Amino acid sequence: MAGIALNAPEGGPARRRTFRSLAEPWTYLSPTLVLIALFMLVPLVVGIGFAFQNVQILNPFKRGFVGLAHFEAIWQDRIFWRALGNTLWWTFASLFLQFFLGLGLALLLWREFKGKKLVQAIVFLPWAVPSFLSGLTFAWLFNPVVGPLPHWLHALGLLAAPDNILGDPALAMWGPITANVWWGIPFFAITILAALQSIPNEMYEAAAIDGAGTWARFRHVTIAYLIPTVAITILLRTIWIANFGDLIVVMTGGGPAGQTQILPSYIFTIAFRKLDFGYASALSMVLLGLLFLYAILILEMRKRLRSAF
Amino acid sequence: MVVAGASPFARRFGTVFHRLALALYVLAALFPLYWLIKIAVTPTDLLFGEGIRLWPSRATLDNFGEVLGATDFPWYFANSVIVSFGTAIGVTLAASLSGYALSRFTFRAKAPVLFFLLLTQIFPLVMLIAPIYRLMTPLGLVDSLTGLILVYTAYNAPFATFLMQSFFEGIPKELEEAAMIDGCTRFQSLRRVILPLTLPGMGATLGFVFTAAWSELLFALMLISSETKMTFPVGLLTFVSKFSVDWGQMTAAAVLALIPACLFFALIQRYLVQGLTAGAVKG
Repeated sequence: MAGIALNAPEGGPARRRTFRSLAEPWTYLSPTLVLIALFMLVPLVVGIGFAFQNVQILNPFKRGFVGLAHFEAIWQDRIFWRALGNTLWWTFASLFLQFFLGLGLALLLWREFKGKKLVQAIVFLPWAVPSFLSGLTFAWLFNPVVGPLPHWLHALGLLAAPDNILGDPALAMWGPITANVWWGIPFFAITILAALQSIPNEMYEAAAIDGAGTWARFRHVTIAYLIPTVAITILLRTIWIANFGDLIVVMTGGGPAGQTQILPSYIFTIAFRKLDFGYASALSMVLLGLLFLYAILILEMRKRLRSAF
Repeated sequence: MVVAGASPFARRFGTVFHRLALALYVLAALFPLYWLIKIAVTPTDLLFGEGIRLWPSRATLDNFGEVLGATDFPWYFANSVIVSFGTAIGVTLAASLSGYALSRFTFRAKAPVLFFLLLTQIFPLVMLIAPIYRLMTPLGLVDSLTGLILVYTAYNAPFATFLMQSFFEGIPKELEEAAMIDGCTRFQSLRRVILPLTLPGMGATLGFVFTAAWSELLFALMLISSETKMTFPVGLLTFVSKFSVDWGQMTAAAVLALIPACLFFALIQRYLVQGLTAGAVKG
Protein backbone atom coordinates (compact mmCIF):
# COMPACT_ATOMS: atom_id res chain seq x y z
CA MET A 1 0.00 0.00 0.00
CA ALA A 2 0.95 3.61 -0.35
CA GLY A 3 3.60 5.09 1.82
CA ILE A 4 4.94 2.01 3.49
CA ALA A 5 8.57 2.74 4.16
CA LEU A 6 9.95 -0.71 4.79
CA ASN A 7 13.41 0.59 5.35
CA ALA A 8 13.13 3.22 8.04
CA PRO A 9 15.80 5.87 7.78
CA GLU A 10 18.55 5.83 10.36
CA GLY A 11 17.81 8.19 13.20
CA GLY A 12 19.52 11.49 12.39
CA PRO A 13 22.14 13.00 14.60
CA ALA A 14 22.83 11.28 17.89
CA ARG A 15 20.31 12.33 20.49
CA ARG A 16 20.16 11.95 24.21
CA ARG A 17 18.13 8.81 24.75
CA THR A 18 15.91 9.50 27.70
CA PHE A 19 13.37 6.93 28.80
CA ARG A 20 10.64 9.32 27.78
CA SER A 21 11.83 9.69 24.22
CA LEU A 22 12.26 5.93 23.93
CA ALA A 23 8.81 5.18 25.31
CA GLU A 24 6.96 7.83 23.31
CA PRO A 25 6.51 5.99 19.98
CA TRP A 26 5.48 2.84 21.83
CA THR A 27 2.80 4.74 23.73
CA TYR A 28 1.21 5.71 20.42
CA LEU A 29 1.66 2.24 18.95
CA SER A 30 0.43 0.34 22.00
CA PRO A 31 -3.35 0.16 21.38
CA THR A 32 -2.80 -1.31 17.92
CA LEU A 33 0.00 -3.65 18.98
CA VAL A 34 -1.83 -4.92 22.07
CA LEU A 35 -4.95 -5.70 20.03
CA ILE A 36 -2.92 -7.51 17.39
CA ALA A 37 -1.01 -9.47 20.03
CA LEU A 38 -4.22 -10.55 21.80
CA PHE A 39 -6.34 -11.42 18.80
CA MET A 40 -3.80 -12.47 16.18
CA LEU A 41 -0.48 -13.43 17.71
CA VAL A 42 -1.71 -15.49 20.66
CA PRO A 43 -4.27 -17.36 18.49
CA LEU A 44 -1.55 -17.90 15.87
CA VAL A 45 0.71 -19.56 18.43
CA VAL A 46 -2.18 -21.69 19.72
CA GLY A 47 -3.01 -22.56 16.08
CA ILE A 48 0.58 -23.62 15.39
CA GLY A 49 0.31 -25.84 18.47
CA PHE A 50 -2.87 -27.41 17.01
CA ALA A 51 -0.93 -28.38 13.88
CA PHE A 52 1.08 -30.94 15.89
CA GLN A 53 -1.89 -32.35 17.81
CA ASN A 54 -5.04 -34.28 17.22
CA VAL A 55 -7.81 -31.77 17.79
CA GLN A 56 -11.07 -33.30 16.62
CA ILE A 57 -14.16 -31.85 18.18
CA LEU A 58 -16.28 -34.89 17.34
CA ASN A 59 -13.69 -37.22 18.82
CA PRO A 60 -12.54 -35.70 22.13
CA PHE A 61 -10.78 -38.86 23.33
CA LYS A 62 -8.42 -38.94 20.40
CA ARG A 63 -6.39 -35.97 21.60
CA GLY A 64 -2.68 -35.65 21.95
CA PHE A 65 0.62 -34.82 20.36
CA VAL A 66 1.07 -36.38 16.92
CA GLY A 67 4.31 -34.75 15.80
CA LEU A 68 4.58 -34.32 12.05
CA ALA A 69 1.85 -36.82 11.23
CA HIS A 70 -0.46 -34.13 9.83
CA PHE A 71 2.26 -32.87 7.53
CA GLU A 72 2.96 -36.38 6.26
CA ALA A 73 -0.75 -36.76 5.61
CA ILE A 74 -0.76 -33.48 3.67
CA TRP A 75 2.10 -34.72 1.49
CA GLN A 76 -0.10 -37.67 0.45
CA ASP A 77 -3.38 -35.74 0.34
CA ARG A 78 -4.45 -35.56 -3.30
CA ILE A 79 -7.15 -33.00 -2.54
CA PHE A 80 -4.47 -30.77 -1.04
CA TRP A 81 -2.35 -30.85 -4.19
CA ARG A 82 -5.31 -30.16 -6.41
CA ALA A 83 -6.43 -27.34 -4.11
CA LEU A 84 -2.90 -25.90 -4.32
CA GLY A 85 -3.05 -25.93 -8.11
CA ASN A 86 -6.52 -24.37 -8.02
CA THR A 87 -5.28 -21.71 -5.60
CA LEU A 88 -2.52 -20.70 -8.03
CA TRP A 89 -4.95 -20.50 -10.94
CA TRP A 90 -7.59 -18.64 -8.90
CA THR A 91 -5.05 -16.14 -7.54
CA PHE A 92 -3.21 -15.54 -10.80
CA ALA A 93 -6.29 -15.15 -12.99
CA SER A 94 -8.07 -12.87 -10.49
CA LEU A 95 -5.00 -10.73 -9.90
CA PHE A 96 -4.09 -10.43 -13.59
CA LEU A 97 -7.57 -9.29 -14.61
CA GLN A 98 -8.07 -7.02 -11.59
CA PHE A 99 -4.73 -5.35 -12.14
CA PHE A 100 -4.97 -4.64 -15.87
CA LEU A 101 -8.62 -3.61 -15.77
CA GLY A 102 -7.86 -1.48 -12.68
CA LEU A 103 -4.87 0.13 -14.40
CA GLY A 104 -7.03 0.88 -17.45
CA LEU A 105 -9.68 2.48 -15.26
CA ALA A 106 -7.09 4.58 -13.41
CA LEU A 107 -5.63 5.84 -16.70
CA LEU A 108 -9.14 6.75 -17.91
CA LEU A 109 -9.88 8.67 -14.70
CA TRP A 110 -6.50 10.42 -14.79
CA ARG A 111 -7.80 13.43 -16.65
CA GLU A 112 -10.47 15.99 -16.06
CA PHE A 113 -13.79 15.64 -17.82
CA LYS A 114 -17.35 16.70 -17.24
CA GLY A 115 -19.14 14.59 -14.62
CA LYS A 116 -15.92 12.96 -13.43
CA LYS A 117 -17.00 12.92 -9.77
CA LEU A 118 -20.18 11.01 -10.55
CA VAL A 119 -18.48 8.56 -12.91
CA GLN A 120 -15.76 7.93 -10.35
CA ALA A 121 -18.30 7.23 -7.61
CA ILE A 122 -20.13 4.75 -9.87
CA VAL A 123 -17.12 2.81 -11.13
CA PHE A 124 -15.73 2.46 -7.60
CA LEU A 125 -19.08 1.23 -6.30
CA PRO A 126 -18.49 -2.54 -6.65
CA TRP A 127 -15.89 -2.30 -3.92
CA ALA A 128 -18.55 -1.15 -1.47
CA VAL A 129 -20.57 -4.29 -2.15
CA PRO A 130 -19.90 -6.78 0.66
CA SER A 131 -17.69 -9.44 -0.90
CA PHE A 132 -19.89 -12.41 0.00
CA LEU A 133 -22.81 -10.51 -1.51
CA SER A 134 -20.93 -10.01 -4.75
CA GLY A 135 -20.49 -13.79 -4.71
CA LEU A 136 -24.22 -14.35 -4.22
CA THR A 137 -25.09 -11.78 -6.89
CA PHE A 138 -22.90 -13.48 -9.48
CA ALA A 139 -24.14 -16.91 -8.45
CA TRP A 140 -27.64 -15.59 -9.26
CA LEU A 141 -26.48 -13.97 -12.51
CA PHE A 142 -25.06 -17.33 -13.60
CA ASN A 143 -28.24 -19.17 -12.61
CA PRO A 144 -30.24 -19.85 -15.78
CA VAL A 145 -33.58 -19.58 -13.94
CA VAL A 146 -33.25 -15.94 -12.89
CA GLY A 147 -29.95 -14.78 -14.41
CA PRO A 148 -29.22 -13.62 -17.96
CA LEU A 149 -25.58 -14.71 -18.31
CA PRO A 150 -26.06 -18.35 -19.41
CA HIS A 151 -28.57 -17.24 -22.03
CA TRP A 152 -26.28 -14.51 -23.35
CA LEU A 153 -23.22 -16.76 -23.40
CA HIS A 154 -25.29 -19.33 -25.26
CA ALA A 155 -26.48 -16.73 -27.76
CA LEU A 156 -22.87 -15.70 -28.36
CA GLY A 157 -21.97 -19.30 -29.04
CA LEU A 158 -19.69 -19.54 -25.99
CA LEU A 159 -21.87 -22.12 -24.27
CA ALA A 160 -23.40 -25.14 -25.98
CA ALA A 161 -26.55 -24.79 -23.86
CA PRO A 162 -27.76 -22.10 -21.41
CA ASP A 163 -26.55 -24.07 -18.36
CA ASN A 164 -25.04 -22.80 -15.15
CA ILE A 165 -21.25 -22.72 -15.53
CA LEU A 166 -20.98 -23.18 -11.74
CA GLY A 167 -22.13 -26.75 -12.25
CA ASP A 168 -19.65 -27.48 -15.02
CA PRO A 169 -16.32 -28.79 -13.62
CA ALA A 170 -14.35 -27.37 -16.53
CA LEU A 171 -15.78 -23.84 -16.25
CA ALA A 172 -16.88 -23.46 -12.63
CA MET A 173 -13.79 -21.54 -11.48
CA TRP A 174 -14.68 -18.69 -13.83
CA GLY A 175 -17.71 -17.93 -11.67
CA PRO A 176 -15.83 -16.94 -8.49
CA ILE A 177 -13.08 -15.33 -10.60
CA THR A 178 -15.64 -13.13 -12.36
CA ALA A 179 -17.17 -12.06 -9.03
CA ASN A 180 -13.73 -11.40 -7.59
CA VAL A 181 -12.58 -9.34 -10.58
CA TRP A 182 -15.75 -7.25 -10.64
CA TRP A 183 -15.40 -6.57 -6.95
CA GLY A 184 -11.62 -5.95 -6.93
CA ILE A 185 -11.05 -3.64 -9.92
CA PRO A 186 -11.78 -0.45 -7.91
CA PHE A 187 -9.12 -1.25 -5.33
CA PHE A 188 -6.37 -1.25 -7.96
CA ALA A 189 -7.90 1.71 -9.75
CA ILE A 190 -7.98 3.80 -6.55
CA THR A 191 -4.41 3.01 -5.56
CA ILE A 192 -2.99 3.51 -9.05
CA LEU A 193 -4.99 6.70 -9.59
CA ALA A 194 -3.64 8.08 -6.31
CA ALA A 195 -0.10 7.21 -7.39
CA LEU A 196 -0.63 8.83 -10.82
CA GLN A 197 -1.98 12.02 -9.28
CA SER A 198 1.00 12.26 -6.95
CA ILE A 199 3.49 12.50 -9.84
CA PRO A 200 4.71 16.10 -9.86
CA ASN A 201 4.12 17.82 -13.20
CA GLU A 202 7.66 19.18 -13.10
CA MET A 203 8.92 15.65 -13.63
CA TYR A 204 7.27 15.57 -17.07
CA GLU A 205 8.47 19.07 -17.88
CA ALA A 206 12.02 18.24 -16.88
CA ALA A 207 11.92 15.04 -18.90
CA ALA A 208 10.58 16.93 -21.92
CA ILE A 209 13.37 19.53 -21.65
CA ASP A 210 15.87 16.67 -21.57
CA GLY A 211 14.42 15.62 -24.91
CA ALA A 212 12.44 12.58 -23.74
CA GLY A 213 9.71 11.47 -26.16
CA THR A 214 6.25 10.29 -25.10
CA TRP A 215 7.37 6.72 -24.60
CA ALA A 216 10.52 7.70 -22.68
CA ARG A 217 8.43 9.96 -20.42
CA PHE A 218 5.95 7.17 -19.79
CA ARG A 219 8.72 4.72 -19.00
CA HIS A 220 11.02 6.90 -16.92
CA VAL A 221 8.47 9.05 -15.15
CA THR A 222 5.06 7.32 -15.03
CA ILE A 223 6.24 3.74 -14.65
CA ALA A 224 9.09 4.69 -12.32
CA TYR A 225 6.63 6.45 -10.05
CA LEU A 226 4.05 3.68 -10.23
CA ILE A 227 6.32 0.74 -9.51
CA PRO A 228 6.73 1.09 -5.74
CA THR A 229 2.99 1.51 -5.18
CA VAL A 230 2.01 -1.13 -7.70
CA ALA A 231 4.48 -3.66 -6.30
CA ILE A 232 3.24 -3.27 -2.74
CA THR A 233 -0.40 -3.30 -3.88
CA ILE A 234 0.15 -6.46 -5.90
CA LEU A 235 1.92 -8.07 -2.96
CA LEU A 236 -0.93 -7.32 -0.57
CA ARG A 237 -3.61 -8.29 -3.08
CA THR A 238 -1.97 -11.59 -4.03
CA ILE A 239 -1.78 -12.63 -0.41
CA TRP A 240 -5.28 -11.43 0.17
CA ILE A 241 -6.77 -13.24 -2.83
CA ALA A 242 -4.87 -16.44 -2.04
CA ASN A 243 -6.26 -16.29 1.51
CA PHE A 244 -9.77 -15.41 0.40
CA GLY A 245 -12.17 -18.34 0.47
CA ASP A 246 -15.48 -16.50 1.02
CA LEU A 247 -16.44 -16.28 -2.64
CA ILE A 248 -15.75 -19.98 -3.22
CA VAL A 249 -17.57 -21.03 -0.05
CA VAL A 250 -20.60 -18.92 -0.99
CA MET A 251 -20.70 -19.68 -4.73
CA THR A 252 -19.65 -23.29 -5.20
CA GLY A 253 -18.58 -24.71 -1.83
CA GLY A 254 -15.50 -26.06 -3.62
CA GLY A 255 -17.48 -28.11 -6.11
CA PRO A 256 -18.34 -29.43 -8.61
CA ALA A 257 -16.10 -32.44 -8.03
CA GLY A 258 -13.58 -30.33 -6.11
CA GLN A 259 -12.77 -28.26 -9.21
CA THR A 260 -13.06 -24.93 -7.38
CA GLN A 261 -11.60 -26.07 -4.07
CA ILE A 262 -8.79 -23.68 -3.11
CA LEU A 263 -6.67 -23.99 0.03
CA PRO A 264 -8.68 -21.56 2.22
CA SER A 265 -12.01 -23.17 1.30
CA TYR A 266 -10.46 -26.62 1.84
CA ILE A 267 -9.18 -25.54 5.27
CA PHE A 268 -12.61 -24.13 6.04
CA THR A 269 -14.23 -27.43 5.11
CA ILE A 270 -11.80 -29.48 7.21
CA ALA A 271 -12.13 -27.15 10.21
CA PHE A 272 -15.83 -26.41 10.28
CA ARG A 273 -17.50 -29.26 8.44
CA LYS A 274 -15.24 -32.10 9.62
CA LEU A 275 -14.30 -30.24 12.82
CA ASP A 276 -10.70 -31.47 12.54
CA PHE A 277 -8.78 -28.45 13.81
CA GLY A 278 -5.43 -30.23 13.97
CA TYR A 279 -5.32 -31.07 10.27
CA ALA A 280 -6.82 -27.69 9.36
CA SER A 281 -4.07 -25.92 11.32
CA ALA A 282 -1.35 -27.95 9.63
CA LEU A 283 -2.84 -27.05 6.23
CA SER A 284 -2.95 -23.40 7.32
CA MET A 285 0.72 -23.52 8.26
CA VAL A 286 1.62 -24.77 4.81
CA LEU A 287 -0.38 -21.94 3.25
CA LEU A 288 1.24 -19.44 5.63
CA GLY A 289 4.71 -20.72 4.71
CA LEU A 290 4.03 -20.44 0.97
CA LEU A 291 2.67 -16.90 1.32
CA PHE A 292 5.66 -15.92 3.44
CA LEU A 293 8.09 -17.15 0.78
CA TYR A 294 6.12 -15.25 -1.83
CA ALA A 295 6.19 -12.04 0.21
CA ILE A 296 9.97 -12.23 0.64
CA LEU A 297 10.38 -12.85 -3.08
CA ILE A 298 8.24 -9.85 -4.07
CA LEU A 299 9.92 -7.49 -1.59
CA GLU A 300 13.28 -8.51 -3.02
CA MET A 301 12.05 -7.99 -6.59
CA ARG A 302 10.65 -4.62 -5.63
CA LYS A 303 14.05 -3.46 -4.43
CA ARG A 304 15.66 -4.51 -7.74
CA LEU A 305 12.90 -3.04 -9.90
CA ARG A 306 13.25 0.31 -8.22
CA SER A 307 16.87 0.59 -9.24
CA ALA A 308 16.11 -0.64 -12.77
CA PHE A 309 13.90 2.30 -13.77
CA MET B 1 -2.46 12.87 -19.91
CA VAL B 2 -0.48 15.15 -22.14
CA VAL B 3 -1.62 15.02 -25.74
CA ALA B 4 0.15 18.19 -26.85
CA GLY B 5 0.77 18.27 -30.59
CA ALA B 6 -1.87 15.67 -31.39
CA SER B 7 -3.92 16.42 -34.49
CA PRO B 8 -7.58 17.37 -33.96
CA PHE B 9 -8.55 14.04 -35.47
CA ALA B 10 -6.36 12.10 -33.06
CA ARG B 11 -7.69 14.13 -30.17
CA ARG B 12 -11.31 13.57 -31.22
CA PHE B 13 -10.62 9.86 -31.56
CA GLY B 14 -8.99 9.93 -28.12
CA THR B 15 -12.07 11.56 -26.61
CA VAL B 16 -14.46 9.11 -28.26
CA PHE B 17 -12.37 6.19 -27.10
CA HIS B 18 -12.17 7.68 -23.60
CA ARG B 19 -15.96 8.09 -23.37
CA LEU B 20 -16.64 4.64 -24.78
CA ALA B 21 -14.23 2.90 -22.44
CA LEU B 22 -15.62 4.74 -19.41
CA ALA B 23 -19.16 3.89 -20.47
CA LEU B 24 -18.21 0.20 -20.55
CA TYR B 25 -16.79 0.41 -17.03
CA VAL B 26 -19.92 2.19 -15.76
CA LEU B 27 -22.13 -0.44 -17.37
CA ALA B 28 -20.10 -3.32 -15.94
CA ALA B 29 -20.12 -1.77 -12.47
CA LEU B 30 -23.87 -1.20 -12.43
CA PHE B 31 -25.30 -4.16 -14.30
CA PRO B 32 -25.02 -6.84 -11.56
CA LEU B 33 -26.55 -4.43 -9.04
CA TYR B 34 -29.31 -3.52 -11.44
CA TRP B 35 -30.13 -7.18 -11.97
CA LEU B 36 -30.27 -7.79 -8.23
CA ILE B 37 -32.76 -4.95 -7.81
CA LYS B 38 -34.69 -6.17 -10.85
CA ILE B 39 -35.22 -9.64 -9.35
CA ALA B 40 -36.20 -8.07 -6.02
CA VAL B 41 -38.97 -5.91 -7.53
CA THR B 42 -40.32 -8.54 -9.95
CA PRO B 43 -43.52 -10.24 -8.71
CA THR B 44 -42.91 -13.98 -8.29
CA ASP B 45 -45.37 -15.06 -10.99
CA LEU B 46 -43.59 -12.89 -13.57
CA LEU B 47 -40.09 -14.01 -12.53
CA PHE B 48 -40.73 -17.46 -13.93
CA GLY B 49 -43.49 -16.55 -16.39
CA GLU B 50 -41.68 -13.98 -18.50
CA GLY B 51 -38.29 -15.59 -19.01
CA ILE B 52 -35.19 -13.42 -18.98
CA ARG B 53 -36.23 -9.81 -19.54
CA LEU B 54 -34.28 -6.62 -18.93
CA TRP B 55 -37.33 -4.95 -17.42
CA PRO B 56 -40.32 -6.69 -15.77
CA SER B 57 -43.75 -5.66 -17.03
CA ARG B 58 -44.93 -5.10 -13.47
CA ALA B 59 -42.95 -4.09 -10.36
CA THR B 60 -43.69 -4.50 -6.66
CA LEU B 61 -42.17 -3.61 -3.31
CA ASP B 62 -43.91 -6.51 -1.53
CA ASN B 63 -40.68 -8.47 -1.09
CA PHE B 64 -39.11 -5.61 0.83
CA GLY B 65 -42.16 -5.28 3.06
CA GLU B 66 -42.15 -8.99 3.88
CA VAL B 67 -38.42 -9.06 4.60
CA LEU B 68 -38.65 -6.09 6.92
CA GLY B 69 -41.93 -7.03 8.56
CA ALA B 70 -41.95 -10.81 8.84
CA THR B 71 -38.33 -11.87 9.34
CA ASP B 72 -35.41 -11.34 11.76
CA PHE B 73 -33.94 -9.06 9.18
CA PRO B 74 -34.19 -5.82 11.23
CA TRP B 75 -32.10 -7.52 13.93
CA TYR B 76 -29.32 -8.38 11.52
CA PHE B 77 -29.38 -4.83 10.29
CA ALA B 78 -29.11 -3.30 13.76
CA ASN B 79 -26.34 -5.71 14.81
CA SER B 80 -24.33 -4.98 11.70
CA VAL B 81 -24.68 -1.24 12.22
CA ILE B 82 -23.43 -1.57 15.82
CA VAL B 83 -20.54 -3.87 14.94
CA SER B 84 -19.45 -1.90 11.85
CA PHE B 85 -19.57 1.48 13.57
CA GLY B 86 -17.87 0.14 16.70
CA THR B 87 -15.11 -1.40 14.62
CA ALA B 88 -14.68 1.62 12.37
CA ILE B 89 -14.37 4.01 15.31
CA GLY B 90 -12.02 1.73 17.26
CA VAL B 91 -9.77 1.09 14.28
CA THR B 92 -9.65 4.74 13.25
CA LEU B 93 -8.59 5.83 16.75
CA ALA B 94 -5.97 3.09 17.14
CA ALA B 95 -4.64 3.48 13.59
CA SER B 96 -4.44 7.27 13.89
CA LEU B 97 -2.13 6.90 16.89
CA SER B 98 -0.01 4.13 15.38
CA GLY B 99 0.09 5.72 11.92
CA TYR B 100 1.20 8.97 13.55
CA ALA B 101 3.96 7.17 15.48
CA LEU B 102 5.25 5.51 12.32
CA SER B 103 5.23 8.72 10.32
CA ARG B 104 6.80 11.03 12.94
CA PHE B 105 9.15 9.11 15.21
CA THR B 106 12.48 7.64 14.33
CA PHE B 107 13.20 4.66 16.51
CA ARG B 108 15.25 1.56 16.15
CA ALA B 109 12.36 -0.92 16.02
CA LYS B 110 10.44 1.01 13.34
CA ALA B 111 11.41 -1.23 10.40
CA PRO B 112 10.62 -4.43 12.35
CA VAL B 113 7.26 -2.99 13.45
CA LEU B 114 6.36 -2.18 9.83
CA PHE B 115 7.46 -5.61 8.71
CA PHE B 116 5.44 -7.22 11.49
CA LEU B 117 2.32 -5.26 10.48
CA LEU B 118 2.82 -6.38 6.89
CA LEU B 119 3.31 -9.95 8.09
CA THR B 120 -0.06 -9.99 9.85
CA GLN B 121 -1.66 -9.68 6.40
CA ILE B 122 -0.41 -13.19 5.57
CA PHE B 123 -2.07 -15.00 8.48
CA PRO B 124 -4.79 -17.31 7.14
CA LEU B 125 -7.81 -16.23 9.13
CA VAL B 126 -9.41 -19.69 9.09
CA MET B 127 -6.49 -20.90 11.18
CA LEU B 128 -7.15 -18.33 13.89
CA ILE B 129 -10.88 -18.81 14.34
CA ALA B 130 -10.70 -21.99 16.42
CA PRO B 131 -8.01 -20.66 18.81
CA ILE B 132 -9.90 -17.38 19.15
CA TYR B 133 -13.07 -19.27 19.97
CA ARG B 134 -11.14 -21.14 22.66
CA LEU B 135 -9.54 -18.02 24.13
CA MET B 136 -12.75 -16.01 24.10
CA THR B 137 -14.95 -18.60 25.75
CA PRO B 138 -13.74 -18.03 29.35
CA LEU B 139 -13.93 -14.25 28.79
CA GLY B 140 -17.58 -14.47 27.85
CA LEU B 141 -16.83 -12.89 24.47
CA VAL B 142 -18.23 -15.72 22.36
CA ASP B 143 -21.65 -14.98 20.89
CA SER B 144 -21.31 -11.31 21.78
CA LEU B 145 -21.15 -8.23 19.59
CA THR B 146 -18.33 -6.84 21.76
CA GLY B 147 -16.19 -9.88 21.00
CA LEU B 148 -16.83 -9.44 17.30
CA ILE B 149 -15.90 -5.74 17.47
CA LEU B 150 -12.63 -6.54 19.26
CA VAL B 151 -11.62 -9.18 16.72
CA TYR B 152 -12.52 -6.97 13.74
CA THR B 153 -10.64 -4.05 15.26
CA ALA B 154 -7.48 -6.13 15.62
CA TYR B 155 -7.78 -7.46 12.07
CA ASN B 156 -8.32 -4.13 10.40
CA ALA B 157 -5.78 -2.18 12.45
CA PRO B 158 -2.62 -3.08 10.45
CA PHE B 159 -3.92 -2.02 7.07
CA ALA B 160 -5.57 1.09 8.54
CA THR B 161 -2.22 1.96 10.14
CA PHE B 162 -0.56 1.93 6.70
CA LEU B 163 -3.37 4.08 5.39
CA MET B 164 -3.13 6.60 8.24
CA GLN B 165 0.66 6.67 8.06
CA SER B 166 0.39 7.61 4.43
CA PHE B 167 -2.08 10.40 5.26
CA PHE B 168 0.19 11.78 8.00
CA GLU B 169 3.17 11.78 5.61
CA GLY B 170 1.25 14.36 3.58
CA ILE B 171 1.18 16.87 6.44
CA PRO B 172 4.31 19.01 6.89
CA LYS B 173 6.20 18.33 10.12
CA GLU B 174 6.86 22.06 10.54
CA LEU B 175 3.22 22.56 11.61
CA GLU B 176 3.48 20.56 14.80
CA GLU B 177 7.02 21.73 15.45
CA ALA B 178 5.67 25.27 15.46
CA ALA B 179 2.87 24.24 17.83
CA MET B 180 5.34 22.56 20.14
CA ILE B 181 7.58 25.63 20.20
CA ASP B 182 4.48 27.59 21.19
CA GLY B 183 4.23 25.37 24.25
CA CYS B 184 1.97 22.49 23.21
CA THR B 185 2.94 18.99 24.23
CA ARG B 186 3.24 16.52 21.37
CA PHE B 187 -0.16 15.03 22.09
CA GLN B 188 -1.78 18.49 22.25
CA SER B 189 -0.23 19.43 18.92
CA LEU B 190 -1.45 16.13 17.45
CA ARG B 191 -4.95 16.71 18.73
CA ARG B 192 -5.29 20.42 17.95
CA VAL B 193 -3.17 20.91 14.84
CA ILE B 194 -2.57 17.63 13.05
CA LEU B 195 -5.78 15.65 13.54
CA PRO B 196 -8.06 18.37 12.15
CA LEU B 197 -5.91 18.37 9.00
CA THR B 198 -6.16 14.58 8.76
CA LEU B 199 -9.96 14.52 9.02
CA PRO B 200 -10.38 13.50 5.35
CA GLY B 201 -7.88 10.72 5.93
CA MET B 202 -9.66 9.61 9.06
CA GLY B 203 -12.95 9.73 7.19
CA ALA B 204 -11.52 7.54 4.45
CA THR B 205 -10.19 5.05 6.98
CA LEU B 206 -13.49 5.05 8.84
CA GLY B 207 -15.43 4.30 5.68
CA PHE B 208 -12.96 1.71 4.51
CA VAL B 209 -13.14 -0.20 7.79
CA PHE B 210 -16.92 0.20 8.03
CA THR B 211 -17.36 -1.53 4.66
CA ALA B 212 -14.89 -4.25 5.62
CA ALA B 213 -16.69 -4.96 8.90
CA TRP B 214 -20.07 -4.83 7.15
CA SER B 215 -18.97 -7.64 4.81
CA GLU B 216 -17.09 -9.95 7.16
CA LEU B 217 -18.54 -13.43 7.08
CA LEU B 218 -16.28 -16.16 8.51
CA PHE B 219 -15.68 -14.83 12.02
CA ALA B 220 -19.28 -13.79 12.45
CA LEU B 221 -20.38 -17.21 11.24
CA MET B 222 -18.20 -18.98 13.81
CA LEU B 223 -18.44 -16.65 16.82
CA ILE B 224 -22.14 -15.80 16.75
CA SER B 225 -24.79 -18.41 17.41
CA SER B 226 -27.93 -16.58 18.64
CA GLU B 227 -30.31 -15.56 15.91
CA THR B 228 -30.77 -12.12 17.48
CA LYS B 229 -27.04 -11.38 17.49
CA MET B 230 -26.31 -12.32 13.89
CA THR B 231 -24.79 -9.73 11.62
CA PHE B 232 -25.99 -9.18 8.12
CA PRO B 233 -23.78 -11.61 6.20
CA VAL B 234 -24.56 -14.49 8.58
CA GLY B 235 -28.24 -13.63 8.70
CA LEU B 236 -28.43 -13.39 4.95
CA LEU B 237 -26.67 -16.72 4.46
CA THR B 238 -29.02 -18.54 6.84
CA PHE B 239 -31.81 -16.67 5.09
CA VAL B 240 -30.61 -17.88 1.70
CA SER B 241 -30.58 -21.51 2.80
CA LYS B 242 -33.92 -21.20 4.61
CA PHE B 243 -35.77 -19.49 1.79
CA SER B 244 -33.77 -20.87 -1.10
CA VAL B 245 -36.80 -20.96 -3.35
CA ASP B 246 -37.94 -17.43 -2.62
CA TRP B 247 -35.85 -15.38 -5.04
CA GLY B 248 -37.79 -12.20 -4.34
CA GLN B 249 -37.22 -12.15 -0.57
CA MET B 250 -33.62 -13.26 -0.91
CA THR B 251 -32.70 -10.53 -3.36
CA ALA B 252 -34.74 -7.93 -1.47
CA ALA B 253 -32.70 -8.74 1.65
CA ALA B 254 -29.51 -8.51 -0.39
CA VAL B 255 -30.50 -5.10 -1.77
CA LEU B 256 -31.20 -3.83 1.75
CA ALA B 257 -27.78 -5.13 2.86
CA LEU B 258 -26.17 -3.11 0.10
CA ILE B 259 -27.64 0.26 0.93
CA PRO B 260 -25.61 1.32 4.02
CA ALA B 261 -22.27 0.16 2.62
CA CYS B 262 -22.88 1.91 -0.70
CA LEU B 263 -24.07 5.13 0.90
CA PHE B 264 -21.09 5.23 3.21
CA PHE B 265 -18.72 4.47 0.40
CA ALA B 266 -20.18 7.12 -1.89
CA LEU B 267 -19.52 9.68 0.84
CA ILE B 268 -15.88 8.79 1.39
CA GLN B 269 -14.47 7.42 -1.89
CA ARG B 270 -13.36 10.91 -2.98
CA TYR B 271 -11.22 11.31 0.14
CA LEU B 272 -9.67 7.92 -0.36
CA VAL B 273 -8.05 8.96 -3.64
CA GLN B 274 -7.35 12.50 -2.41
CA GLY B 275 -5.82 11.28 0.83
CA LEU B 276 -3.65 8.69 -0.84
CA THR B 277 -2.49 11.32 -3.33
CA ALA B 278 -1.67 13.86 -0.65
CA GLY B 279 0.04 11.18 1.35
CA ALA B 280 3.07 11.21 -0.92
CA VAL B 281 2.67 7.76 -2.38
CA LYS B 282 6.35 7.09 -2.36
CA GLY B 283 6.67 3.58 -1.05
